[in-house]
Amino acid sequence: MTLQHPDLAKLIFGRLTWESIPYHEPILVITFIGVAIAGIAVLGLVTYFKLWGYLWREWFTSVDHKKIGIMYIVLALVMLLRGFADALMMRAQQAVAFGPHEGYLPAEHYDQIFTAHGTIMIFFVAMPMITGLINYVMPLQIGSRDVAFPFLNNFSFWMTVSGAVLVMTSLFIGEFARTGWLAYPPLSELSSSPDSGVDYWIWGLQIAGVGTTLSGINMIATIVKMRAPGMTMMKMPIFTWTALCANVLIVAAFPVLTATLALLALDRYAGTHFFTADGGGNMMMYINLIWVWGHPEVYILVLPAFGVFSEVTSTFSRKRLFGYASMVYATVVITVLSYLVWLHHFFTMGSGASVNAFFGITTMIISIPTGAKIFNWMFTMYRGRIVFDVPMLWVVAFIVTFAIGGMTGVLLAVPPADFSLHNSLFLIAHFHNVIIGGVLFGMFAGINYWFPKAFGFRLDPFWGKCSFWLWVVGFYFAFMPLYLLGLMGVTRRLRHMDDPSLQIWFQIAAFGAVLILLGIVAMLIQFAVSIMRRNQLRDTTGDLWHGRTLEWSTSSPPPPYNFAFTPQVHDVDTWWQMKQHNWRRPVEGFVPIHMPKNTGTGVYLSVLSFIFGFAIVWYMWLIAAVSFVALLAVAIHHTFNYDRDYYIPADEVRRVEAAHAGA
Amino acid sequence: MSDMTMTVSGGSGAEETLRFHVTEGHHPENATLLGFWLYLMSDCLIFACLFATYGVLGREYAGGPSAAEVLELPIVAVNTTLLLFSSITYGFAVLEMQQNRRGPMIAWLVVTWLLGAGFITLELTEFAHLVSIGAGPQRSAFLSSFFTLVGTHGLHVTCGLIWMIVLLVQVGKKGLIPANKRRLMCLSMFWHFLDVVWVGVFSFVYLMGKLS
Repeated sequence: MTLQHPDLAKLIFGRLTWESIPYHEPILVITFIGVAIAGIAVLGLVTYFKLWGYLWREWFTSVDHKKIGIMYIVLALVMLLRGFADALMMRAQQAVAFGPHEGYLPAEHYDQIFTAHGTIMIFFVAMPMITGLINYVMPLQIGSRDVAFPFLNNFSFWMTVSGAVLVMTSLFIGEFARTGWLAYPPLSELSSSPDSGVDYWIWGLQIAGVGTTLSGINMIATIVKMRAPGMTMMKMPIFTWTALCANVLIVAAFPVLTATLALLALDRYAGTHFFTADGGGNMMMYINLIWVWGHPEVYILVLPAFGVFSEVTSTFSRKRLFGYASMVYATVVITVLSYLVWLHHFFTMGSGASVNAFFGITTMIISIPTGAKIFNWMFTMYRGRIVFDVPMLWVVAFIVTFAIGGMTGVLLAVPPADFSLHNSLFLIAHFHNVIIGGVLFGMFAGINYWFPKAFGFRLDPFWGKCSFWLWVVGFYFAFMPLYLLGLMGVTRRLRHMDDPSLQIWFQIAAFGAVLILLGIVAMLIQFAVSIMRRNQLRDTTGDLWHGRTLEWSTSSPPPPYNFAFTPQVHDVDTWWQMKQHNWRRPVEGFVPIHMPKNTGTGVYLSVLSFIFGFAIVWYMWLIAAVSFVALLAVAIHHTFNYDRDYYIPADEVRRVEAAHAGA
Repeated sequence: MSDMTMTVSGGSGAEETLRFHVTEGHHPENATLLGFWLYLMSDCLIFACLFATYGVLGREYAGGPSAAEVLELPIVAVNTTLLLFSSITYGFAVLEMQQNRRGPMIAWLVVTWLLGAGFITLELTEFAHLVSIGAGPQRSAFLSSFFTLVGTHGLHVTCGLIWMIVLLVQVGKKGLIPANKRRLMCLSMFWHFLDVVWVGVFSFVYLMGKLS
């Protein structure tokens, strides 16, 4: 017994011990207490208002693309708070850690923070934000009732949640990776990072990646198969086009990430030699593989943002989008080219002048279609009756900011220049410039633009503008100094600096981060104020902005079935044309509507995936095996359910449509 | 319903009626087969990565055995035959399915399953043999990439076998209803896809490994 006991404990708990809980780190303990209090408060409120049943029936188990889209965006906003807290901590550390001052973050904690910041912002903020927006808007734009595979959609969302929760767990149990957000070997190999950090990273991304890939397949199938009659490819709204290209990129890029992470996991778990320094491994192959995924990923994020800008610009300029066809071709060209530039992330690795030149040139070429897009937006605005409401403000800020980011990008594409700027703060400034100025501004434009569609009332414009100005000004304060510092040779990921003359620039950057913080706070106030003032902000027309595409032809919020009758499309700006022809919503002649049924299977699979991920991170082999078998069993059990759809009776459709007509 | 359809002037000035919605119930095409194709292509990319990895690491023996030393063509020849025949028998099953003949369909599916199971058994025997002679995946980068590429294919075949059992039960319970036929078609595509991948593995890993 005395001998068997520790073995049993090891079989169940793996390498998880009390020592894994960081109770000796005051920052984490305080964070934990804060999160615990907030969490208990939220759970308590949900229980007090008896909302569990409602949440379960109407949201968690819902296969409605609109609700799933909203849940994705809520997830993204919650994770934005975490990712931004990391950013603030880094800015604060770098603003004070000069000369004799070590700052307040120990090295091993600081390294986890910059890793978590990058990982969370890309995988659990930007990705859910674009997936959420595509989920909500795209089926409405193509006049569809739902996506091609509604259950798969729900499952994809919950897998993303599962990955996010696993990454968050690392904050309080064990540690996160200290390797940077792409976990380059040999640092990420077991010999250099023996703790649970890299494993959390691997399994968090692997689980979320399943969701992302399946969601990509789902969206492509939806766009290809479910467009309303008459909507040929060249009559699709630009946002749908960008959604299509982004999802093609997802399906073509994420498997590479899956394979790469699997190989790294094999190195760490099974002792193979893919990326190790010994045994014939080749760590440069990892860098290649990860960027074969990583560069298309950038365009997965930014293409849908381009789509949002196109929709917003033409709506708020009261004009048809300038150069629709060139916009489509530019999007497709970017999609293809995004696979031919990955090596520019490591010009310094030593591929030789010819290879570097090739990838430098392809990188510069990609700025041509992007530039064409910028001109299209500007020509759309030219002589338009521009309405500077909040979404349009974001567009203007984007055009200016993204142009700067694009130019520094072309600069970095020149291999000799890259040799001195590689891994410097110039690079950090560049990619924040394009990701914040492109992706995030686009998502904020999109949220302000489509919020009234989703909820039937618009977001408060005053707080929206406060948030806008704080964000934009804060962005310039936070990142322009980094360009300068990068040109002076400061490298990324430094916890402490010796030269005191640099400190002022870090302090300016920290000031910018505080402005951005205020911008985020203003955004949260904007949500709260809008909900409180929803009656004043109400839109009963369903077409608040005088939109041009189909999502504005139905009520706000749309009924579960989106459209009582499937639209017939004749033009790119379908809804605009319908309005020109005085189309009226039909009030009779309804037929029953075929709809998919809700299911809790996605939630069950997500919970089991989390248990599996957590168990395998901690080497709890027994629990990992059991939860894996349970995963398979639940998935197979789900396939025995053939009763997955129902009809909304025509009477019910008539009632809903009449209620809207009366409102 | 004058407000549902509007009369507009066409370019030639002729009166033309423009409908803006479909009054009858609209059912989009089923997207399952397209979706499954897309999934297969994503899976194909995983294999592409593993092939590329093998291409980079396939000669990194690290002082261990080379491909020519450890790979045995006779076993693989039998294995390949089993898998290729299982694709033919699955094809027969699909032909029976299209005739709505459940009994023969199930019989051919069982034959397919047995061939697939034979393939996996032989592969596992080969793996066990390699490990026993000290040529396991930890030995060298070549063996790591070999086991991962071949093993990932084997894992897929195993998933296919589990899926086949599930479908046999479902066809037994519900018969050849449209949903089950669709699933059988998906598994068919999956099974043939694995065959194509195996042709790649056989040529690229075994034949070229033996020749080198």
